Amino acid sequence: MNNSEAFVAALRAALPPASVLSETEDTRPYECDGLSAYRQLPMAVALPADESQVLAVLKVCREFNVPVVPRGAGTGLSGGAMPIESGVVLSTARMNRVVRMDACSRTAVVQPGVRNLAISEEAEQYGLYYAPDPSSQIACTIGGNVAENSGGVHCLKYGLTVHNVLRVRMVTIEGDVVELGSEALDAPGLDLLAAFIGSEGMLGIVTEVTVKLVPKPARARVIMASFSEIGAACSAVAAVIGAGIIPAGMEMMDRTSSRMVEPFVHAGYDTDAAAILLCEADGTADEVEEEIARMIAVLQAAGASAVQVSGSEAERLKFWSGRKNAFPAAGRISPDYYCMDGTIPRKQLARVLLGIGQMETRYGLRCANVFHAGDGNLHPLILFDANQPDELHRAEAFGAEILALCVEVGGTITGEHGVGIEKIDSMCAQFSDAELAAFFAVKHAFDPLSLLNPNKAIPTLNRCAEFGKMHVRAGRLPFAGLPRF
Amino acid sequence: MDAVLDQFRARILAASADGTRLLLRGGGTKDWYGQNVVGDVFDTRPYAGVVDYEPSELVVTARCGTPLAEIEALLAQNGQMLAFEPPRFGAGSTIGGVVACGLSGPRRASAGALRDFVLGAQLMDGRGELLNFGGQVMKNVAGYDVSRLLAGSLGTLGLITQVSLKVLPVPYCEASIRFELDEIAALRCMNEWAGQPLPVSATCWHKGVLTVRLSGAQAAVKAALSRLGGEALADGDAFWSALRDQRADFFAGAEGGAAELWRLSVPSAASALVMRGEQLIEWGGAQRWLRVDRGVAEDIRRVAAASGGHATRYRVESEELGAGVGAFHPLTPAIARIHERLKAAFDPHGIFNRGRMY
Repeated sequence: MNNSEAFVAALRAALPPASVLSETEDTRPYECDGLSAYRQLPMAVALPADESQVLAVLKVCREFNVPVVPRGAGTGLSGGAMPIESGVVLSTARMNRVVRMDACSRTAVVQPGVRNLAISEEAEQYGLYYAPDPSSQIACTIGGNVAENSGGVHCLKYGLTVHNVLRVRMVTIEGDVVELGSEALDAPGLDLLAAFIGSEGMLGIVTEVTVKLVPKPARARVIMASFSEIGAACSAVAAVIGAGIIPAGMEMMDRTSSRMVEPFVHAGYDTDAAAILLCEADGTADEVEEEIARMIAVLQAAGASAVQVSGSEAERLKFWSGRKNAFPAAGRISPDYYCMDGTIPRKQLARVLLGIGQMETRYGLRCANVFHAGDGNLHPLILFDANQPDELHRAEAFGAEILALCVEVGGTITGEHGVGIEKIDSMCAQFSDAELAAFFAVKHAFDPLSLLNPNKAIPTLNRCAEFGKMHVRAGRLPFAGLPRF
Repeated sequence: MDAVLDQFRARILAASADGTRLLLRGGGTKDWYGQNVVGDVFDTRPYAGVVDYEPSELVVTARCGTPLAEIEALLAQNGQMLAFEPPRFGAGSTIGGVVACGLSGPRRASAGALRDFVLGAQLMDGRGELLNFGGQVMKNVAGYDVSRLLAGSLGTLGLITQVSLKVLPVPYCEASIRFELDEIAALRCMNEWAGQPLPVSATCWHKGVLTVRLSGAQAAVKAALSRLGGEALADGDAFWSALRDQRADFFAGAEGGAAELWRLSVPSAASALVMRGEQLIEWGGAQRWLRVDRGVAEDIRRVAAASGGHATRYRVESEELGAGVGAFHPLTPAIARIHERLKAAFDPHGIFNRGRMY
């Protein structure tokens, strides 16, 4: 028996029957996440059903010195859940129970494999919901949301995962069960919960999460404003914020995007406008009317050429449908597309969009821009055809140049999709050697054995030294019809 | 590098070389907080000034020594605020100290805590390296969120030299109301209201009176006022300011004699806590202050832990700085080990605020 066979045998012995997959046809579905250009079969897949089984998996991994890649629904876009050849994938799929929902304290205790949307569905009976709403929310899990610090279209007003999770119970590679945060609003000591959220599965395996639930707003309406010039749309965003308004959602699409989605969703977008801005208000009926009126005044003063307000819930959802389906629409009009995820200070938007426009000419590729305008998170979708010689290469170079521009204007290489393996080289552009060393120190504090999702998210200094000619790769998304941001 | 930072680095390197313990200090308005407040005073105030502020970006970036008052005045001129309402313990309070202590005020339960508003931080570690984490943007998942880890770290991981904080517009409208309610009824009301779409932005229960602040659009505040009823409070701003800055009578009492002030952080829906001493409840039930003479730490901690929370010996009137050894709730061994490793990584020679937290 070789070492790998011995490991799989030990894993099987430690778990109930049918909890370990090791045949190629069984492990194939786990070979990649949403970043499907990178594929790797793992040595095995473990499917623990509870915390004690997670502990058992980690114990065997410790004994055999085998790395562990945690995985939720596999909808991540940066390859964070891509397997390691000599490693095991730990799927949280069987830990999918809502443990407790407490309307009085407005909290839900859930296992990591519970889907994001399932929490809100279950909370609906109490008039509550879980605020972060990444567009993959029908499929993605709360464990994955914790790993990526997921956001959504409403995060300017309602926050990211880090603002909406009170407590994480997790297992360390050393076999300790640790609670970070608490069901109170804070916990003693350093804020390890904040460091853990967004750590891409590299610090511990989540076994339970307590999330905050918030009251569902009674009403929501969205304004759709057209602008004949993209710079005016950018100024309008600043003007809305400057007027002291925090919209529930504020999204921008350029003309390429609206022309891309309109035939697909028939949302009634003004496809002649250089940019469309969607601004949502939520709250009580009176409050919404007050805020809508205030926003319309600001948008018109900022030069909106047309302003339309949703008259019904159905119309509100129709206005949003185009924005939510930008990714599937890109897949419809182009054989391949490459989604970027930079965040920039809002005031730099016009400059960055101008830069992207020049790159389009230079690389001979089209780029559709959708933008979480409220929080500065830009998702350029580079359209290409991998079957055409050189197009993938040009798309990669185009993407890397966009990220470099985001860093140059004071932004970041990833707002919400995570670094994973996709952007690991771009990390070298954003952080110094000393900063990367500090990240490794944080990892070591939680995972001194370096067995949890190693070689993701934080590049080694050697890797950065080699970085330069290499380019990030990407390709077609699986679940291409799933709305994503 | 900036000349002041060069001096900071030289001092840190010298301290690391000879093991000198440094007491990082801004305005010194919170010398009473934490434990083991000892060491050579390292004054952070020379590195001061707002570096960047553009109201439409909702972000302010300032050097550690910038007075909190200066930042708040600047924000107020532009109709904005620090929504976590950090308590102000004196004119000298600096933003570095505010972030290092991580304390939040009355708006915490609705708007979020200080750590929720930290977008980025710059740290000088025990090797004199200047490290940047996070940034000036709302969404950023590149690398671990070390900037939020620094919030409330009490200077134990290094010298926070600069921070970027998210700011929010001042609400269009605010109103305060009060109700005569016993503790149990007040706790029930606070939790029920928080579960409904009401613009409650702060709550305070003390001696049979529940005071509530409403903030938001005029229509929302008006609708909530007519729904909730209660007695209007004319000088609401003064009330919440005094509470925020812990100048209210309840807190003032802690400064006389041997009184101790404890802070219990518990789930908001935790039932009334039975303890010797006087209580004041904030944050919708999630923060319970206890003023007591010679409190028995074990008893207070047992009550807090039984409710799913923890207790801090927050402030003690004494000749010594700090609140004495054992000010903070004990950590589990696994968590304590992670703390030790982080401390050793960022501050290998143990020079920064050693023992101030644990």
